[in-house]
Amino acid sequence: MSQVFHRSTNTIARLSIYGALFLIAGGVYVLYVFAGSPYVTDANEAKDQPVPFSHRHHAAELGIDCRYCHTSVESSSDAGMPATRTCMTCHSQIWVGSPMLEPVRSSYREDKSLQWSRVNAVPDFVYFNHSIHIAKGVGCTTCHGPMGEMPLTWRANSLLMGWCLDCHRSPEDYVRPRDQVFNVNYQPPSNQHDMGRILVRDYKIKSLTNCTTCHR
Amino acid sequence: MASAQNPPVIGPGHTYASVTDKISSIVLTRKTPRGWIFGFAIAFSLFMLFNYAVTYLLVRGVGIWGINIPVGWGFAIVNFVWWIGIGHAGTLISAILLLLKQTWRTSINRFAEAMTIFAVACAGMFPLLHMGRPWLFYWLLPYPNTMYLWPQFRSPLVWDVFAVSTYATVSLLFWFVGLIPDLATLRDRAVNRPAKVIYGFLAMGWRGSAVHWSRFETASLLLAGLATPLVVSVHTVVSFDFAAAIVPGWHTTIFPPYFVAGAIYSGFAMVLTLAIPMRKFYGLDDFITMRHLDNMAKVMLATGLIVAYGYVMEAFGSFYSGNIFEKYMTLNRWKGPYAFFYWLLITCNIVIPQSLWFTRVRKNVGALFTLSLVVNVGMWLERFIIVVTSLHRDFLPSSWRIYIPTRWDWATYVGTIGLFLTLFFLFIRFLPAISIFEMRTLVPMSQEEGKST
Amino acid sequence: MNEQKHNLAQISNAQPSGTRNLSLDELRARASALNGKRFWRSLEELADTPEHRAFLENEFPYDPANEPQELERRDVLKWMAASAALAGLSGCTKMPEQKIVPYVTPPEEIIPGRPLFYATSLTQDGIASGVLVESHMGRPTKVEGNPQHPASLGATDFKTQAAILGLYDPDRSQTIIREGHISSWGAFVNTVNDLRTTFGTNKGDGLRILTGTITSPTVAAQIQDLLKQFPSARWHQWNSCSRDNAREGAKLALGQYANTVYRFDRADVILSLDSNFLYEGPGAVRYARDFAARRDPQGSQPMNRLYVIEQSATTTGAMADHRLAVRATDVESIARAIAGSGQPPQAANVPKGWVEALVRDLQSHRGRSIVIAGDAQPPVVHAIAHAINAALGNIGSTVIYTDPVEANPESQLDSLRQLCADIAAGRVHTLFLLGVNPVYDAPADLDFTSKLLSVDFRAHLGLYEDETAELCHWHIPMAHELESWGDARGYDGTAGIIQPLIAPLYDGRTAHEILGALAGQPDKSPHDFVGDFWRGKHAGADFDAFWQKSLHDGVIVDTAFQPRQIGGAKTSPPPSANSQRGDLEIVFRPDPTIGDGSLANNGWLQELPKPITRLAWDNTAQMSPATAARLQLASKDYVRISLNGSYVQAPVFVVPGHADNSVTLHLGYGRKRAGRVGSNIGFDANLVRASSAPDIAFGAQISKLSSGYALAAMQLQQSISGDPDSQDLESENAFLRNAVRVGTVDEYRKDPKFAQEMAEPPPRELSLYPGVAYSGYSWGMAIDLNKCVGCNACVVACQSENNISVVGKEEVMRGRIMHWIRMDTYFRGGIEDPETYFEPVPCMHCENAPCEGVCPVGATVHSPEGLNEMIYNRCVGTRYCSNNCPYKVRRFNFRLYADFTTPSLEPMRNPNVSVRSRGVMEKCSYCVQRIQAAKIDSEREDRFVRDGEIQTACQQACPAQAIVFGDINNKENRVAKWKADPRNYTLLSELNTRPRTTYLARLRNPNPEMPGEKAAPEAHGG
Repeated sequence: MSQVFHRSTNTIARLSIYGALFLIAGGVYVLYVFAGSPYVTDANEAKDQPVPFSHRHHAAELGIDCRYCHTSVESSSDAGMPATRTCMTCHSQIWVGSPMLEPVRSSYREDKSLQWSRVNAVPDFVYFNHSIHIAKGVGCTTCHGPMGEMPLTWRANSLLMGWCLDCHRSPEDYVRPRDQVFNVNYQPPSNQHDMGRILVRDYKIKSLTNCTTCHR
Repeated sequence: MASAQNPPVIGPGHTYASVTDKISSIVLTRKTPRGWIFGFAIAFSLFMLFNYAVTYLLVRGVGIWGINIPVGWGFAIVNFVWWIGIGHAGTLISAILLLLKQTWRTSINRFAEAMTIFAVACAGMFPLLHMGRPWLFYWLLPYPNTMYLWPQFRSPLVWDVFAVSTYATVSLLFWFVGLIPDLATLRDRAVNRPAKVIYGFLAMGWRGSAVHWSRFETASLLLAGLATPLVVSVHTVVSFDFAAAIVPGWHTTIFPPYFVAGAIYSGFAMVLTLAIPMRKFYGLDDFITMRHLDNMAKVMLATGLIVAYGYVMEAFGSFYSGNIFEKYMTLNRWKGPYAFFYWLLITCNIVIPQSLWFTRVRKNVGALFTLSLVVNVGMWLERFIIVVTSLHRDFLPSSWRIYIPTRWDWATYVGTIGLFLTLFFLFIRFLPAISIFEMRTLVPMSQEEGKST
Repeated sequence: MNEQKHNLAQISNAQPSGTRNLSLDELRARASALNGKRFWRSLEELADTPEHRAFLENEFPYDPANEPQELERRDVLKWMAASAALAGLSGCTKMPEQKIVPYVTPPEEIIPGRPLFYATSLTQDGIASGVLVESHMGRPTKVEGNPQHPASLGATDFKTQAAILGLYDPDRSQTIIREGHISSWGAFVNTVNDLRTTFGTNKGDGLRILTGTITSPTVAAQIQDLLKQFPSARWHQWNSCSRDNAREGAKLALGQYANTVYRFDRADVILSLDSNFLYEGPGAVRYARDFAARRDPQGSQPMNRLYVIEQSATTTGAMADHRLAVRATDVESIARAIAGSGQPPQAANVPKGWVEALVRDLQSHRGRSIVIAGDAQPPVVHAIAHAINAALGNIGSTVIYTDPVEANPESQLDSLRQLCADIAAGRVHTLFLLGVNPVYDAPADLDFTSKLLSVDFRAHLGLYEDETAELCHWHIPMAHELESWGDARGYDGTAGIIQPLIAPLYDGRTAHEILGALAGQPDKSPHDFVGDFWRGKHAGADFDAFWQKSLHDGVIVDTAFQPRQIGGAKTSPPPSANSQRGDLEIVFRPDPTIGDGSLANNGWLQELPKPITRLAWDNTAQMSPATAARLQLASKDYVRISLNGSYVQAPVFVVPGHADNSVTLHLGYGRKRAGRVGSNIGFDANLVRASSAPDIAFGAQISKLSSGYALAAMQLQQSISGDPDSQDLESENAFLRNAVRVGTVDEYRKDPKFAQEMAEPPPRELSLYPGVAYSGYSWGMAIDLNKCVGCNACVVACQSENNISVVGKEEVMRGRIMHWIRMDTYFRGGIEDPETYFEPVPCMHCENAPCEGVCPVGATVHSPEGLNEMIYNRCVGTRYCSNNCPYKVRRFNFRLYADFTTPSLEPMRNPNVSVRSRGVMEKCSYCVQRIQAAKIDSEREDRFVRDGEIQTACQQACPAQAIVFGDINNKENRVAKWKADPRNYTLLSELNTRPRTTYLARLRNPNPEMPGEKAAPEAHGG
């Protein structure tokens, strides 16, 4: 009788059997990588803002303390976003004519809030508290990245749960002395791990990994 | 003479050709019989009902069902256990009986296995559908994720995921491997090219060479070996869903054996329910003989008695334990709001099947058919009683409530029956419902019959 | 938790920011957006009516399939909203773009992310209770009691808790309406000015002002000024459940109006003559606290003993050591017998020797006893109570007379009668109705509606566009107390300033402004009215300091009335009418949850299971099993009750412990224009209420129409379904299972550990697994059943704190209510007059939690501090945890219960608690958000959390102080001490779940001389 299939189909059939396995395994892995990729997490992507505010200029070059603008970072869950008046404390004196700052001035004139695009965000079911992290010696740049080098602000980390857990599981690899918390140019020392151990003890840092620490 | 006590497994006077013709003709015959179309139409419309119910479920949430606090599991889980149970007969017949070299199995194993796969398909729907957020089902699988989280391996539901998926995979492989030689036969006998291509594709280049046959034998033996423990394991794990909980009426050690027995019980009932009409409709009396029906009836009787023992031990245990909650649970089953269904279940699963002790009943096809239906109902009721009556009055009386299924519960349940029958109709139309090559091994026996008569 | 209190003056124009917060501007914008919808909503209300009718006929209430088949617009919206919300929950989805909107000029006080607390007052029927309101970025989100206010001492009742929902109720009236068209305040002021010109000539002839009970000194002063301007004008007060009887009773006994303040903390023996003083009426919260303080068997003072003679089953009756269920009518004769009339009480079921034993007990506690009469009782009974108190020398010690708290005490029924008479006589041309709804709640025979329509000019001020508003020329939206300035007096006269927590959402107005406009000061703000009044009271340079302090404390110093010596209470006033009648009586009472109906549109209150009956969403005709049997009725029968020439159709509910030959009808339901929640549910008992007999009526005809009326009863479905086989099924089993453990004081003295011995947990060594060492904090809770008065404050407090959804009547009937803490109620003894026991059940936070092992995704896990954590965003909704929970405290979102679509509800929610979406499990978390906040604060200050620093919402609200929470590892903590109490036991101990929530056994303190007591110490109460 006539052959329905060409001989090569045998090989194809055989290949397809093994191929399937790799395809599935590979697919899962691709998804995993995708979920953590900047495309999903928006990491390393500078959002355009009403005013191209430069942390490098203000925090690093001028050396303005983080807390000058983010006033409630030591006392509250929210770090606090500077009110227009805070900007105007300086910019009513300097760069008064700069067109770049017009949105700020008009906001102040018309008593209408500036609308910044949020860069670092966690989902609504995550309850993050700035004040306790500051109090326990977690530096700003540990999560927010090298703010001293950011002409425009971008999210430096994925802010995914796994990323949080890295530090919550082994804080000693990340904490720094309290006096260095607001240092935007801070570089962890070579003996971070040993120093971290000591700080964890001194600051009574607990490795909190139970769910209601963040989810309520 | 021997045949006198031991009725034949194949009718007299069959040749290799006649067997092949008879079975493959069912598939390859040009025009679809009217009866098939009629039956398929009903099955398919029920399947459409299922789709409607599921769509509505996904839009509105499980709130459309009758479940509440305390009865968090209703029809969904009842149906899940019922379908999974039904599946078991297929695997038992094809795997265990194969290892035990029970030749009589050959004519029923093919569609029994098919039944298994379709039943598991139906069963598999419910654990997904009953979830509050089904789109997150994959959280029950251990996969690498950005949350650094694993499923909770202490939970019987996770064991279920593995048990059921393994079961489905192995059954499917077993069934398909068994089909290959027949698919080849069909490929060769098919007249039109599309059929040739499709069957040929599925036949995976089977040429019936000695090498093929020897490999085929090894493969099916290995798969049989793999499938055999599954017959026991799957329903054992399913029973853990209940036994691992502390709910009175669930928290008992007899569940695993009693569930497995029940599964085989209902499975064989379903095989009969399917076999009897099919054999009548396609005139397969020669292949599915009284011997088969008789044997299956006996298996039902045996497993039925194990189940009965389970019921008795359950009741005895609850009183013997002196545990007030267990005691009340049993009394509530006997006298509570669902007492009627409890006693109906006892009637269907214990009282009526006792008639199988009588040869006259076992030889009466009509009686066997009704009986198989009765047992199917009874086994469904058993799961209903276990799930609902245990939950609706558990520990704190302030939380006691009644559970009443809604039309959506029913739609989903009937819908899966539709899905099951739809698949089964397609199966008997497009695949050989009886294993051709295995039947051919019986041909000598058939010719024996021919001489002796 | 950190309680900062501030006055609002500086930040009343706050512009909050942040993604979770809504600015006032946004709110106003949304409000105005809603205005457009107003007519649509009323259409929807109309549309609801037929469904409701169909529902009445519904014979199969439990079939959950009763639901609209197609998807309505609202559902689709909800669905989309849900999927959006869920997108946020699921794994790899892109974050939505968010904006940050900072202040332009930051207000002082506000630190983003930290709540502020402001002191103010909330009133019920005019009587104030002091509260602290939690405010997030200018949004009030939670009401707590004000520890400095004598009526509160830090606790609240459930109605006060629900006030926050009243504020954000989307159905509140939102625009000024003139004859059906949107109008403006300016237009109204012009109209009023025209009126003033005529009043100027005719001295205000034909001007009438109808208000509710007024205790506000400022409003009273304004009205007095107005009456000075226009001498011919008149002021009337009406409140359908007013305390006329108490007022008239005092007048009858003492010859003048007086306010009575009871000191239950000083009372050893208490006799309640049909008074529900632990639950309702002025000072109930304070009374519950004082009463409970004397239920401690180890306390410095002896445990008090409570006798209750009552007609319907109330929470006060449930707390009684001896209870007597008699018709309201029969209370008078019993009271007389107690007062020493000599005649035997006419009630048949008073056991021989009962009264005598009671009298002996009272007499042996002279000066340390209280006799208190109920609001439904005629003035005569109040007078007798006063007389007995006087005879027992209680006046001045436990019973204290002060000036009336009402600015103008009067018989409000007479006042309304007078108004109606004047209208009928054509003497009324202009009528201002301020915060009242007489069209709904005036007694039927006064025919107020037609009278009202005959008035030439009718203006209405109210929170809702209600039945009365509909018939008025003008309707002015009233500002909610949380958005307005004002003042009010508490039960003992203490005055407090009402200050706004938020600018009026819908530009509402207050009585101050209406009266101001009438008095020719249309532009004066309520703030100035109140301020000026108190400036007048407190002249002097330090007024500002005084004002700041008053705002800050929430009470104005030295405003509580001084005790007055009033003697010579008449001993035997003439018998009241009907006191001799023996036939079936009908008793009208305010509904236990929604009161007189003014709170009908509050979903939290509608869904709150009423005490004892545990019914939600309905009012019923309540009667005793015997009476039901005599009338051949059963629970859920639908009957027609004809009375006073009119009739109502009501479902029957058989209540254990209700008096025989008596039927209770609750007012407040059957509203026509309450809003989408409160309209067209229940029946309107006002239709058969006559001004001649507003409390107790006779001559009712009851005929059965049908059976199987759908009632949303939480419990008692078997107990009093009328099915004899299952009588009391739940309660019997509850006691078999030692769910509630009860003993008498004597038993306790003999064997303090009696409760623990009833059923003990297996020893820890038995476990194969090593126990977990809870070093550091380990949180636990103890609930004293001896203190709990079953008032439900905890339930609503929890609902408010934890953003718990309202699910509606049908879902409640399907057993899907969402409350995280529930008030289990069990009965012991005969169904006729059983003892009643309350048991609040939150999550037990078991150390061996059955729910944790079975969750396939680890969405419920145990914390190192012993919390049983429920993680909503991880939950996939298998409901296995709930099945395996022996206490059934877990709640499941079977549908999308959370309202994601109504804008005005968003700012109400607690920003520290996730709003749960469809398909996830939820449950009591021990208010973990409060625990975390306190821990973070303490860690920052490098110290441990102090005892009492963390209060769960239920604990904080509890008037009886029956709940204690804290770290059980520190043996000095109160909770640890309570758990060391011999009465401490765990629910279902034998399961070895090791609950962190434990109970202190209930103790009864029976009088051994009482008939039947010696024979059987466990005998049924009374």
